[in-house]
Amino acid sequence: MMETQVVKRAKYKSSVKDPGVRGTLKMTRERFVFMPNDPSSSIRLNVEFRLIKGHKSSKEGSNRPALLNLTQDQGNYIFEFENFSDRELCRDFVAKAITFYGEGGSEKAVPLPHKDEQLSSAEMERRIKLLQEDSELQKLHKQFVIRGVLSETEFWATRKKLLDVNNTSSSRKAKQRVGLKSDMIFNVKPSSDGQSNKVTFNLTPEMIHQIFAEKPAVRQAYLNFVPNKMTEKDFWTKYWRAQYLHSTRNIVAAAAEAAEDEELAVFLRQDAILASEIKHKIRKVDPTLDMEADEGDDYTHIPGHGLATESGKDELEAQYEPFKRSFLQDINRHAAVVLEGRTVDFETEGDTRSVAQALATCKRVELAKEASSDGNLVHQERLDRITRMAEIEDLQAPRDPPVAPLSIKDPRDYFDSQQQVVGMGMGMGDELGGGGRQFKSRMNTSETYASLRGFISEIRTLGLTDPVVRPEVAVKVLNGLTQTISSSKYQRGFGKNPHESILDTLPTVTKDELLLHWTSIQELLKHFWSSYPITTSYLYTKVSRLKDAMSQIYPKLQEIKESVQSDSRHQVSLLVQPMLQALDAAFAHYDAVDQRKRSTANGYNV
Amino acid sequence: MKFQIEDVTVYFPYDHIYPEQYSYMIELKRALDAKGHCLLEMPTGTGKTIALLSLITSYTLSKPSNPVKLLYCTRTVHEMEKTLAELKLLHKYQLENIGPSARMLALGLSSRKNLCINPDVVSAENRDSVDAGCRKLTASWVRALAIENPNIPTCSFFETYEKAGSDAVLPPGVYTLQDLRMFGKEKGWCPYFLARHMIQFANVVVYSYQYLLDPKVAGFISKEMQRESVVVFDEAHNIDNVCIEALSVSVRKQTLEGATRNLNKMSQEIERFKATDAGRLRAEYNRLVDGLAQRGNLPLGDTWLANPALPDDILKEAVPGNIRRAEHFLSVLRRLVQYLKGRLDTDNVEKEGPLTFVNAVNSHVGIDQKMLKFCYDRLHSLMLTLEITDTDEFLHIQTICDFATLVGTYTRGFSIIIEPYDERMPHIPDPVLQLSCHDASLAIKPVFDRFQSVVITSGTLSPIDLYPRLLNFNPVVSRSFTMSLTRDCICPMVLTRGSDQLPVSTKFDLRSDPGVERNYGRLLLEMVSVVPDGIVCFFVSYSYMDAIVNSWNETGILKEIMQRKLVFIETQDVVETTLALDNYRKACDCGRGAVFFSVARGKVAEGIDFDRHYGRLVIMFGIPFQYTLSRILLARLEYLRETFQIKEGDFLTFDALRQAAQCVGRVIRSKADYGMMIFADKRYTRHDKRSKLPGWILSHLRDAHLNLSTDMAVHIAREFLRKMAQPYDKTGGSGKKTLLSQQDLEKMNGTEGIMF
Repeated sequence: MMETQVVKRAKYKSSVKDPGVRGTLKMTRERFVFMPNDPSSSIRLNVEFRLIKGHKSSKEGSNRPALLNLTQDQGNYIFEFENFSDRELCRDFVAKAITFYGEGGSEKAVPLPHKDEQLSSAEMERRIKLLQEDSELQKLHKQFVIRGVLSETEFWATRKKLLDVNNTSSSRKAKQRVGLKSDMIFNVKPSSDGQSNKVTFNLTPEMIHQIFAEKPAVRQAYLNFVPNKMTEKDFWTKYWRAQYLHSTRNIVAAAAEAAEDEELAVFLRQDAILASEIKHKIRKVDPTLDMEADEGDDYTHIPGHGLATESGKDELEAQYEPFKRSFLQDINRHAAVVLEGRTVDFETEGDTRSVAQALATCKRVELAKEASSDGNLVHQERLDRITRMAEIEDLQAPRDPPVAPLSIKDPRDYFDSQQQVVGMGMGMGDELGGGGRQFKSRMNTSETYASLRGFISEIRTLGLTDPVVRPEVAVKVLNGLTQTISSSKYQRGFGKNPHESILDTLPTVTKDELLLHWTSIQELLKHFWSSYPITTSYLYTKVSRLKDAMSQIYPKLQEIKESVQSDSRHQVSLLVQPMLQALDAAFAHYDAVDQRKRSTANGYNV
Repeated sequence: MKFQIEDVTVYFPYDHIYPEQYSYMIELKRALDAKGHCLLEMPTGTGKTIALLSLITSYTLSKPSNPVKLLYCTRTVHEMEKTLAELKLLHKYQLENIGPSARMLALGLSSRKNLCINPDVVSAENRDSVDAGCRKLTASWVRALAIENPNIPTCSFFETYEKAGSDAVLPPGVYTLQDLRMFGKEKGWCPYFLARHMIQFANVVVYSYQYLLDPKVAGFISKEMQRESVVVFDEAHNIDNVCIEALSVSVRKQTLEGATRNLNKMSQEIERFKATDAGRLRAEYNRLVDGLAQRGNLPLGDTWLANPALPDDILKEAVPGNIRRAEHFLSVLRRLVQYLKGRLDTDNVEKEGPLTFVNAVNSHVGIDQKMLKFCYDRLHSLMLTLEITDTDEFLHIQTICDFATLVGTYTRGFSIIIEPYDERMPHIPDPVLQLSCHDASLAIKPVFDRFQSVVITSGTLSPIDLYPRLLNFNPVVSRSFTMSLTRDCICPMVLTRGSDQLPVSTKFDLRSDPGVERNYGRLLLEMVSVVPDGIVCFFVSYSYMDAIVNSWNETGILKEIMQRKLVFIETQDVVETTLALDNYRKACDCGRGAVFFSVARGKVAEGIDFDRHYGRLVIMFGIPFQYTLSRILLARLEYLRETFQIKEGDFLTFDALRQAAQCVGRVIRSKADYGMMIFADKRYTRHDKRSKLPGWILSHLRDAHLNLSTDMAVHIAREFLRKMAQPYDKTGGSGKKTLLSQQDLEKMNGTEGIMF
């Protein structure tokens, strides 16, 4: 997951203003070492990451230095890098290293049950910050994550809210996924200074992103040419030059230019990748729209037949054909891309090259998906659609039930704690454990609607046959709670300080211990219950891990109960009792499920 | 539902019916009873197609002794698919209600390009190369060779189909092109030849206008249709133009050069045959002596486009002696090409009638009228003799022979116009010789003569009395129906001024005025922020659209429009336009909303529906007049004035307004649907223009909406949309019923006679 070391050229500075000493910065897991280029210089650094508390970095910008500031308890180390990408790399490395030590400093590697999710450095920082701010959280983290009861991801998965809240406060990322802009932002006019013949184009990462998305040929050219054949600047200069040639609408000139410069020709020619995509798409178009089919049917369109129309006039010589391109086509292409909504987050992607690559992979994945999708099913869907379109709606009763089906764009928003299940269910589908069953609903809307209607009317007539809580139990709980409240009130009134609760009457050691156990049991139980139903072998191991951890806590609680003095023993046992009960319930459930699985799934090798 | 119209039980696949659909059926039935032709105008959005289909199929079901066959002609393939989808619905309903006796065979027919399933052939670029690719595999001589030499490729689908012989039949059902392809794949039969074969037995055939109107195509596809057929031309408001196109030919420099190449190739072939197989040429000669220029009973794979002239005009006589020998014929063609080259090489516009032209040809290169007339058939015969399969290479010489045959056949209704350059681009020499047909009745005449009932129907046939004159026929029924509306679900407006109160128009002197362009832009901009889902804009021409979009881009209006809705544009590239339309629909479906820029008289305006949320507003920017300086148009106007006493101005306005009405009419599909129409040109206020709009639009065009500026239009749009969002009673509630149930119809039949 982590590279073992990073070596970068950098300048060490004692302060921001300091010109700095040139040298190399080498980072390993444990420490970083700075060696100046000038061997006579006295500045050498060899610092362990254990001592580093945090890091800051300068904002990215073209004319700013790429600084990284590592803070210690006293003093700090400032490094200036040659470029931002180097800095990013080091910063990420530092962030990981600090987390590693910040989480307890033990050398023991965290056992990872599965490949951890890729974290952005920002995400990492946020987690560290949270841990630093909240000692309780840190304690829990130490207790479970470092000991390997829970993995890092599992631990944070239940705390997404916490991370998100942090998000909004720093307003780093909007909550909603943003689609593509409707604007053609790359369709800009150059600014000129009015004195020379020079024009300037301002290119933002967003524009580059849009250009790559809409012009696959440019994207491909970028991947091919930059940086081996030309620099990024040359590349974009050529691109704008080609755009300018197009805007003059002089096809002959464009063709002549292209003949001289083969790289420029790439931009001037029609997009071959696009053309092949179009060929692919046209086959799947709704046949009631397919005007291309007319072309094949209309016998008056033999050249020379019929009356000469407007379209016949601009017949160009064949050699210029590949350079014909119009602004109208660009508009169509733009709208199509926006509609597809395929988006790559260019803010996190960083440099231009990776954006280009990400878009290219996106496209490939899509194509593969399309290829694998069932042709017959698509055909059937299309037929259904046509039939539906053919009907005259107000001459008959409505076909569809009067409901709007719920469509969940991002299931993570709703099934936070089950995120693992969702993620794992796809990858590990074939190694499912005994209890593993995949529910793939094949019901269509109207069937679902009918069954839902059936259930509702059934409940209306019969009432709930299987209520969530049985009434007797509910009464019992309610009585118990009232009793506890009144008794503790009584106790409080009896005590010296009316504001003191039972806990405060206990010795601090016991109190802390109790609270700690309370939170950790809560954490464990939360994970435990959210793992049911067990659908993957991963969840199975997780549950047994949790069970082990809980059974370790169990005797400790008993111990506390017995260790306290007799006068407060009653209160303590009142406090401990619910914890024990909760744990018991968990154990009972675990055993029951285990039993059932053993009996039903004898043939399975779990 | 099921009801009686006189002696016919009509099966209609819905629970309700619009009153105008009912009266439409009554009129249609009368025409069928009278075995005569009829002309019916009914607004779009009232379910013409389903009314037509269900009456005619029910008519056949009620009279099993004398079944009529339905030939349903659509203008485009996608309309064909739509019609077949409706027919499927109807058929399903009839099967459920009557049982197996309601079974029928209905299929769509298109070219090889749309039906071929042989992957090697169908991947070819255009229709002609697919045709040629097919011929290369299925021509009789190729197959004969393949029997001896297994290395010669043939088409497995065609072979299996041939082998199946008379067993190769389509079971009853409704087949779209897609279904035909699927069926063909399943059985391993060629769907094209199967469909060609099956149309003789089908109860309903849906195909394109050309298959009946263009003599070249009709000659080999529709020649075996029986007289007891009902021919329907749907969306027929443009039928006169289709007829004219079918008989017009234009010749350019490239055509002549290509023809010369073709001739060289053919003379090489003749030499080759002389050396190897002289018997073939002699056999052909003998055949021609016997007057067998026509194909007679050719093997299935060998048929191709027939004579461009009409069947009645082709004399049943022997091919003239001086073009019977292959090499003589070639030299005649060479001389003709040479002569045409000379004619093209001119600095002046020339215009003459066919007679003068034929005389000139005769006196200059010694080709008489009879030889010209036989050119096409003689060429056809020669190409078969020479066993030429790559027919797509020989299109140029076909065009020349086509021209020769037409000019040799017709003496009136045509003119030959030679233009050295396009009026609009005088600096670019682009000489063209056009044989243009002025008389729409020529092409459609055989259809009227051959079939017992021809139904011409559309949403816009106003003025309805003009069409019988243009097409030269006597309809037994000619009616225009109005639309009974539950609520005012269409809202036409005439916008004459921009928000700055300056007039807007696409009149020649105002068209490129930046103020007008800006006002048009602001209008659209205001509308995109008010109207939900889809908006369609029609411009008067491609060049105007291109100019105005670029100007909007320069001034930043386009950018502002894009912030509200996605923009899609019709271009001259059909594939691109199709994808743009598909995306436009997706954008409307997903709620993002979109604007579609299109061109009146373009392909989109002709046949794509923008119903429901796909089009809540249509803006017609300007009046789509034809290019009035075009010589062809002028010649046609002259002909119309002389022959039919139709005034030039009247015809131009009629033509422009029917296009405009056609464009805006695409927004309504049913009465539950609603849409607005903006005619953005000051000239629409004038009575002579406005009154040419169809009645169903005029009846909703309130006087207060005749002279609006942008801000007023926006206000009206807001009000209208708010009103339409309210729930309403579909059946029309009190007063006049706009939706009839089976009981209503039975009651009406009881009181008989008085209807609506």
